[in-house]
Amino acid sequence: MELLLASAVGILTASGIYLILRQRSFPVIIGLSLLSYAVNLFLFATGRLALNQPPILNKYAEAAYTDPLPQALVLTAIVISFGMTAVVVMIALSAYLSARNDRIDMTDETGEDA
Amino acid sequence: MNHWIIAPILLPAVVAPFIIMVIRYHRDLQRVFSVASVVALNLIALVLLAQAMDGTIGVYELGDWPAPFGIVLVLDRLSAMMVLLTTLLALAVVLYAIGSGWDTRGRHFHALFQFQLMGVLGAFLTGDAFNLFVFFEVLLIASYGLMIHGGGATRLRAGVQYVVYNLLGSSLFLIALGTLYSVTGTLNMADLAVRVAELPAEDTALLRVGAVLLLLVFAIKAAVLPLHFWLPASYANAPMPVAALFAIMSKVGGYAILRMYTLVFGPDLAVTDGLVGDWLLPAALLTLAAGSIGVLGARELGRLVAFSAIASMGTLLIAISLFTPQAATAALYYVIHSTFATAMMFLVADLVIERRGGALIPTPPMPQGGLVAALFFAGAIALAGMPPLSGFVGKLLVMDAARDSDQVWTVWAVILVTSLITIVGMARAGSILFWKAHDHSVLPPDPPEHTDDGAPVAADLAPEPVPGLAFVPVFALLTALVALTVLAGPAMRYTEATAAQLFAPADYIETVLQRPGS
Repeated sequence: MELLLASAVGILTASGIYLILRQRSFPVIIGLSLLSYAVNLFLFATGRLALNQPPILNKYAEAAYTDPLPQALVLTAIVISFGMTAVVVMIALSAYLSARNDRIDMTDETGEDA
Repeated sequence: MNHWIIAPILLPAVVAPFIIMVIRYHRDLQRVFSVASVVALNLIALVLLAQAMDGTIGVYELGDWPAPFGIVLVLDRLSAMMVLLTTLLALAVVLYAIGSGWDTRGRHFHALFQFQLMGVLGAFLTGDAFNLFVFFEVLLIASYGLMIHGGGATRLRAGVQYVVYNLLGSSLFLIALGTLYSVTGTLNMADLAVRVAELPAEDTALLRVGAVLLLLVFAIKAAVLPLHFWLPASYANAPMPVAALFAIMSKVGGYAILRMYTLVFGPDLAVTDGLVGDWLLPAALLTLAAGSIGVLGARELGRLVAFSAIASMGTLLIAISLFTPQAATAALYYVIHSTFATAMMFLVADLVIERRGGALIPTPPMPQGGLVAALFFAGAIALAGMPPLSGFVGKLLVMDAARDSDQVWTVWAVILVTSLITIVGMARAGSILFWKAHDHSVLPPDPPEHTDDGAPVAADLAPEPVPGLAFVPVFALLTALVALTVLAGPAMRYTEATAAQLFAPADYIETVLQRPGS
């Protein structure tokens, strides 16, 4: 379980960073999404991994429980990254349509500063 | 409970949707509501400052959940000062945007402006690390909209770059917070401070990783070398009044460093000892050097001011990274100066660009050239740190605070040499802009159909700017700089008390966690 989760976070992060370094809007946006999935998984794991446990403290028994706070944090992070992705898609699209160039590093095809 | 503390967040949060939903087609009503909201925010900030002045720490528990279970807003001297600084700057910027007609060159300027204020003020007031992240996102998402206000191909491309860079920063922020949470099990700043201090020394590898990641995030916001690459292109291509407002955004990064690394990872904490100061000081020196060399090398006025903003962040971070009460006093004085001076310079740059374009090449004289030249001169003096304006006092304080450091000679040499480079760069720009214009060999250029970014030239577009109003905020900012110089004594006493409060965090922690003195 730990190995699965850790390698998922690692692979998602690595692919995300690779795509962001491509410096074209579409791969960069996909890369940012992958990176945010990696971050969400990582946040989820910060409350320790507990399988099939309720996120509630039971005062009648010394029952095991899973930490509810990281789940709330992940929810917030998902909402924010979803909104941000929508914004960056819109801005990148209008930048591409007005400049006819999808590089994000402010240089044009010939490598000259725009 | 003292409800004043949440007012600076609630007011713009109510006004902004109101502007979008109810008065979206009424330009004048939008202006009235936006200015009224900013004026009210200024009054609220004064009330908050009066409350925090005597050193009491106000705590506002959202939903009445006690800390560390609920989110708290905390008002201390530092928060109150930063809130007032933001609202004063906002007043100048919103008046300029109306006076120059910038607010009508795209839609929803005033609504985005209010959301931006909500994010900045929230970031200064919150006492919870995850809530700090949320307010960072609020201010960033509003800044994305403001950054591309008015459109144009170059601005949109710079906007994409800015958004992508900051989204990466946000991911890093979440990873840092997750790491801290996994070690301490809390995200309330006061509670973090208690838990971090209690951690056994051999169990702190993850904690140190978290502390460094968090520093990286704040360094991105504060544009510290080598993470500054987003700033020149973004600020130079943003609408200049928006760039003037962004002068406070890089200060949010500086504020967060000062807050987290005095409260949670304090200078006395053994596990992170030397982790921050040792890295931050060389980076800050390099930032200052890169900023001033950029001023000298800039070929365009917007970039020149953007690089001088980087240089002033460098000076500020030098003072912060020394982590002594005296240095923090100097840093807090310098942050007021640097915010006003950078914002003023961006507004002056806009006055120039509207009249003749931003390229640093000789063109024939511009209308009202004398007045604009005088303002440029004053702003350049303030930014370069020459007497008689407050930049001189600020740099003197920073250098005086560095006297006990091991690095004193490096710090002094870098500050003095970069000041000289900045003066030369500013003088070069000023003489090209204002003096070479009177050289008779300069021919008027062909009237441009379009500016570089494909937008129609400003003169055709600017709809009936309110005459003279554009100059009022620039003079107001200049007056603020003069007042900061004349009243340096009282200002210093306040920042000294603030620094003392920052370096004695026990009071803050006790008040937030409501523990009787342990």
